[in-house]
Amino acid sequence: MNIRAIRLFAAAALFAPLLAFGQKNSCVECHSQLDDELKAPAAAFAGDIHAQFGLSCKDCHGGDPTQDDVDKAKDRSFKGAPSRQDVPQFCGGCHANVTAMRAFNPGLRTDQLSQYWTSRHGQRLKAGDTKAAVCTDCHGVHGIQTAKYPKSPTFPWNIPQTCGHCHADPEYMAAYKLPTNQLEDYKASVHADALYEKKDLSAPVCNDCHGNHGAFPPSVTSVAAVCRQCHASTGELFMKSPHKAAFDELGAGECEVCHGHHKILHPTTAMIGTDQAATCAECHDKGSVGYEVAAEFRSELDGFESGYRTAEGLLARAKSKGVEVSDAEFELQDVNTLLVSAKNLTHGLDRAEVAKAVTDGEKSLAEVRLAGEKALDEARFRRRGLAVTTALLALFGVALALKIRHMNRARRAKEGGGGSPS
Amino acid sequence: MATKIGQSVWKFLDERFMLSALVAFGKKKTVPEHRRSFWYFFGGICLFLTGIQIATGIMLLLYYTPTVEGAHESVLFIMSGVKFGWLIRSVHSWTANLLIGLLFVHMFSTFFLKAYRKPRELTWISGFLLLVLFMAFGFSGYLLPWNELSYFATRVGTDIAASLPFIGPWLKTVILGGPEVGQATLSRFFWFHVALLPLAALALIGIHVYLVQTLGMSKPVGEKSTKEISFFPDFLYKDALGWTLILVIIGVLCVFLPWEIGPKADPLSSTPIGIKPEWYFTFMFTTLKLVPAHILSFEGEKLAILAFMTGGLLWLLVPVLDRRAAREARSPVFTWIGAALALYIVTMTIVTYTVPKL
Repeated sequence: MNIRAIRLFAAAALFAPLLAFGQKNSCVECHSQLDDELKAPAAAFAGDIHAQFGLSCKDCHGGDPTQDDVDKAKDRSFKGAPSRQDVPQFCGGCHANVTAMRAFNPGLRTDQLSQYWTSRHGQRLKAGDTKAAVCTDCHGVHGIQTAKYPKSPTFPWNIPQTCGHCHADPEYMAAYKLPTNQLEDYKASVHADALYEKKDLSAPVCNDCHGNHGAFPPSVTSVAAVCRQCHASTGELFMKSPHKAAFDELGAGECEVCHGHHKILHPTTAMIGTDQAATCAECHDKGSVGYEVAAEFRSELDGFESGYRTAEGLLARAKSKGVEVSDAEFELQDVNTLLVSAKNLTHGLDRAEVAKAVTDGEKSLAEVRLAGEKALDEARFRRRGLAVTTALLALFGVALALKIRHMNRARRAKEGGGGSPS
Repeated sequence: MATKIGQSVWKFLDERFMLSALVAFGKKKTVPEHRRSFWYFFGGICLFLTGIQIATGIMLLLYYTPTVEGAHESVLFIMSGVKFGWLIRSVHSWTANLLIGLLFVHMFSTFFLKAYRKPRELTWISGFLLLVLFMAFGFSGYLLPWNELSYFATRVGTDIAASLPFIGPWLKTVILGGPEVGQATLSRFFWFHVALLPLAALALIGIHVYLVQTLGMSKPVGEKSTKEISFFPDFLYKDALGWTLILVIIGVLCVFLPWEIGPKADPLSSTPIGIKPEWYFTFMFTTLKLVPAHILSFEGEKLAILAFMTGGLLWLLVPVLDRRAAREARSPVFTWIGAALALYIVTMTIVTYTVPKL
């Protein structure tokens, strides 16, 4: 058997799923025998979403895959590989065609191409910058998967890395004078924590704020609108607060002024107040009303939060001692909701509303603390009860042991014919 | 004065229950005393723990609700809302586990002392059946709190039963009361646990204890000591010392390690990783996991189940099979088989809890 035959056999075995369709595909047959770069498309396409829909090489690249002869296979319909500049139009040939998409996936949007041309990437490409991202930079080539597939570069937890592939590369981005720390910043954010640690796929990634096909950096006026997509109640409170007019006057970007962007850290009570770590102190000077309000909020929230931690500790200690405290733990969860809500209310800057939320929360907290203290009392009672019972049982055991020894001696004395035991 | 009242009460009871005859029987009955008579106490301890189980089980019935909606909540209430409920439930759960462990010790000690030989064949058979019954008690009782672990362990356990040849699928449906673990299963397990199994266990315990009392304790093969002590009060006092010790152990376990409830079962959630049955089933469970998928042309799991059933049957028939012991001769082959089996059970149980991702 010659080498060509072995290769053909190996190719047939490797690409059996395609051959199973009963259609000859000379593109795969030949490319699978070529070296690295030319072999890769044939190898990757077996797992491509397009192959799963029954599409083959010719549907994108044209040609006649039924021909063994290369020249005949690359007939007049053969398009070959598109240049980078042509990629959006190449993919859009089907993806922007409602009729064509209806036959395969009627649920899929067909506005990606038109959106792309509105994006910064599309605008740059149109201007002749071939370094600008095209479809294949994010979706891959010949191994394309849907965004629902966890290994796909467009699956939520892969998106930061996909965007970062270019945007975190200082050399690649040098010409654009854009920062390249976004990926690093994002990974330190509360959003990344939700995505990677809590595996919350609804946590925002790059495209949730910037858009995907129509990717564009949000401007100062639209940042808050982007945040409000998820943080609706916070946005509403902010809109009613005196901060709204003040920020507008300053031309400041609302949410990101205090919370930053990309590196949006877990919001803590430490952000509110008058010390150096607090964001309020960056604008409000000592003696101003804002300064006074910030100090008041901080004091109220600190009191509430420290009470919460104490109650949490009480329950944890009681639980570690084996006392059932799940009811109190449920109540503590409710208190946590009240604490989060009180913190959120600070965005409205309404002193009375925040004070009321803290008072209500502390009332519930008092009940949980009482339950925790009772549970610890119960744990102490159990241990004391055990000590007393064990002592009584030990006494009974000693009495039994003495009685047994006495009986043994009596029996031995009887067996030996001796006198009675003492 | 107190002595006089005591005597009157004794006289009243004696006239009606003939207690003197019982005491006379106890005093007349003797128990052999030799260097291995320590093992005799395990039977008494098992009986004592069974008593605790009955008492605590009856108390738990006051508050337990055998419904899918209410079972977990009722156990939570017992643990947190009922005065001393935590103690009763923890005693019941810990005692159940100690009891099964000590039943294994009692069975193997009986085996190694060859106490099953004539005329005690039925004592052995009733004892082995009692162990099986108590394991069934454990299996049915495990599901009753309707928590995540017990729910999925029951699913895994009944799936194993379903793989039995011929009767498997039918048996699974009978156990579960339907295709899935649900309300019908809980009702069935509750009925098994508080009605059918207790009746069967009481009948078997009656037979077992009657045989022990009438035939007396067996002396090991070749034991030359002729020493004996009276059952009452000498042996009973020693027994009581063991009971006192086990009570202290149970108390310490219940106070420092109260039996957990765990989260409520959610049939829609995925099976937690590393789910396993109660520890006394793990030697069989791990065997089924380790056995190859196919042995020759047979399914490995089915073969292993058949092997366990055959092994159980042979173990039950040991008094008949061990002809040498029946002739009061030493039977080292059986001793080695018993030792290998004990080693196998211990090793597989340890493997279950120590080898990750088994």
